[in-house]
Amino acid sequence: MSRIASTFNALAEAGKTALIPYITAGDPQPDATVGFMHAMVEAGADIIELGVPFSDPMADGPVIQAACERALAHNVSLQQVLAMVKAFRERDNDTPVVLMGYVNPFEVMGYARFVKAATAAGVDGVIAVDLPPEEADTLLPLFRQAGLDLVFLLAPTSSLQRIQKICAVAGGFVYYVSLKGVTGAASLNLDDVRDKVARIRSQTKLPVGVGFGIKDAVTAQQVGRFADAVVVGSAIVRHIAANPADPGQAQQAIVELLGGMRAALDEKEAGEPTASAG
Amino acid sequence: MSKAAENITNYHVYPDASGHFGFYGGRFVAETLMQPVEELAAAYQRFREDPEFLDELDRDLADYVGRPSPLYFAPRLTEHAGGAKIYLKREDLNHTGAHKINNTVGQALLAKRMKKTRLIAETGAGQHGVATATVAARLGLQCVVYMGEEDIARQSPNVYRMRLMGAEVVAVKSGSRTLKDALNEAMRDWVTNVDDTFYIIGTVAGPHPYPAMVRDFQAVIGRETRRQLQDHEGCLPDALVACVGGGSNAMGLFYPFLNDASVELYGVEAAGEGLESGRHAAPLSAGKPGVLHGNRTYLMESADGQIIETHSVSAGLDYPGVGPEHAWLKDTGRAHYVTVTDQEALDAFHRLSRLEGIIPALETSHALAYATRLAAKMQPEKKLVVNLSGRGDKDINTVAGIEGISI
Repeated sequence: MSRIASTFNALAEAGKTALIPYITAGDPQPDATVGFMHAMVEAGADIIELGVPFSDPMADGPVIQAACERALAHNVSLQQVLAMVKAFRERDNDTPVVLMGYVNPFEVMGYARFVKAATAAGVDGVIAVDLPPEEADTLLPLFRQAGLDLVFLLAPTSSLQRIQKICAVAGGFVYYVSLKGVTGAASLNLDDVRDKVARIRSQTKLPVGVGFGIKDAVTAQQVGRFADAVVVGSAIVRHIAANPADPGQAQQAIVELLGGMRAALDEKEAGEPTASAG
Repeated sequence: MSKAAENITNYHVYPDASGHFGFYGGRFVAETLMQPVEELAAAYQRFREDPEFLDELDRDLADYVGRPSPLYFAPRLTEHAGGAKIYLKREDLNHTGAHKINNTVGQALLAKRMKKTRLIAETGAGQHGVATATVAARLGLQCVVYMGEEDIARQSPNVYRMRLMGAEVVAVKSGSRTLKDALNEAMRDWVTNVDDTFYIIGTVAGPHPYPAMVRDFQAVIGRETRRQLQDHEGCLPDALVACVGGGSNAMGLFYPFLNDASVELYGVEAAGEGLESGRHAAPLSAGKPGVLHGNRTYLMESADGQIIETHSVSAGLDYPGVGPEHAWLKDTGRAHYVTVTDQEALDAFHRLSRLEGIIPALETSHALAYATRLAAKMQPEKKLVVNLSGRGDKDINTVAGIEGISI
């Protein structure tokens, strides 16, 4: 069983919601990333979503755009990102790592070579934001063969037909983009998200994660009541942006934010949201 | 990868149903945009064969844009080149001064029928932004144009024109602050406002159906050229020349001739300071295939797949990608893609101004520079048509600045 599947199974048994933080690899500098990853796991992260920096992050808001620019100022390449995952695996062989990026760097490396290198590095899944299933005919069989999960996004605009089409090929979990917009955008409408997640659940047995618009322990807890996973990106990256020259300071703030979210998620049955550091 | 299609007899059946031109094109967008893109494709499919829609489009092109644009025989430029007869397809005489309006008129009619109330666009040189602001004003629609901060500085007259017509011009400060970043920002706007917003892409790029739809709206250029040259000379042209940034004016001229094997097609990319300098904007000539802005095509990119900054004296050619149909025409060998440097374009800018009394856009000057070179190698009985895609008024500050003249 893949790390992603066994992680979700264990969480389901314990009645817990997965906490999935996102950082951009190499932000603010390449040597900070592996430390951030370990610290996030210690603070309660169940899966790490690691952004592959791209020059033209069309689905991202200003916070993650700036993170890509900071990483690319150090010329962080896909190969280096994979090396970071490999380094992370030296001390952590259990926490799933999902790469999130745009398809061009994967395509330029060559799909076959990428799949081989990602598997060797210890990557478990990949989200290619601009690769809908219609364009994934070449990549999907390579992923299946290697036991890697190609994780797909679903959006508020996805029709039932598209939900079915995507769930039929999706691996690992399904990532519901909770709002029409870019990462780090305004507030999500909880009732809409809950309804849509229920609709997705009726079409797949895969765990359903929710991302975009989760900024603090309160929203994490609210969404955690009906989702299998919450994904937090811009709220974390903001702390890195605030401390570009001091990764230690950034790490401390990230740990506090995630700790608050973890506690809030674990208390979700208790009802009242926990105050957080976010 | 299977790139070149072999033995193509009919170029007019592409793209396929999923928007692919062979290996190129497609729909590489985030999931949120898949539904609006499919909705647009369905609407376009319906209206492109709707006689009422086509009548309204033809009327607008005649009465508002001023079509047909003339096909002008350029005697002194022909004499200067000393070879083939050079004809100029005068898209610079359209309302707003460039070919861009052919497409925005068409897409705006589509937006109206789809009941969208807000138009957005990206622009580089500002010509497409102006053409979008124009149709938005005419239809009473809200309009937001994204433009790179650097382009705003070098194309200030167009920025003012857009604002005069009521458009909001948003300065894009991310990335290289040029056309590609304006496109990113327009995509981000669209993903946020999909319900009421129609994104008018200005070139033959983006997710399907844009490359085919923009080409079809621009193909009026080639259809007229075909008829007009028949009237003038009683024959088909021997060669067509057009500049290629995203490639909409070239696609519009080429498309009706794709199945005429005797007509040679030349797309002219910006070599900037020279291909060897690395400071250019010539993905077809010096780039490699990749995925950007919703389609697979030739790109200017690093070995790691990052999009690299381009350079051209002409803001409208300063783009690291190109329409996927051009990528495919290159691989199939149907069209030739060549380059012209900043300096050659500037020389051609002056040459046409002096010889024919026509000040061309800097984008167009690239096509003119190559056409003059090409005509010189052709026999005098041959006929060459250059797409004079835009007028140069917007560029006079840039040219004067380069030459140290203050105006």
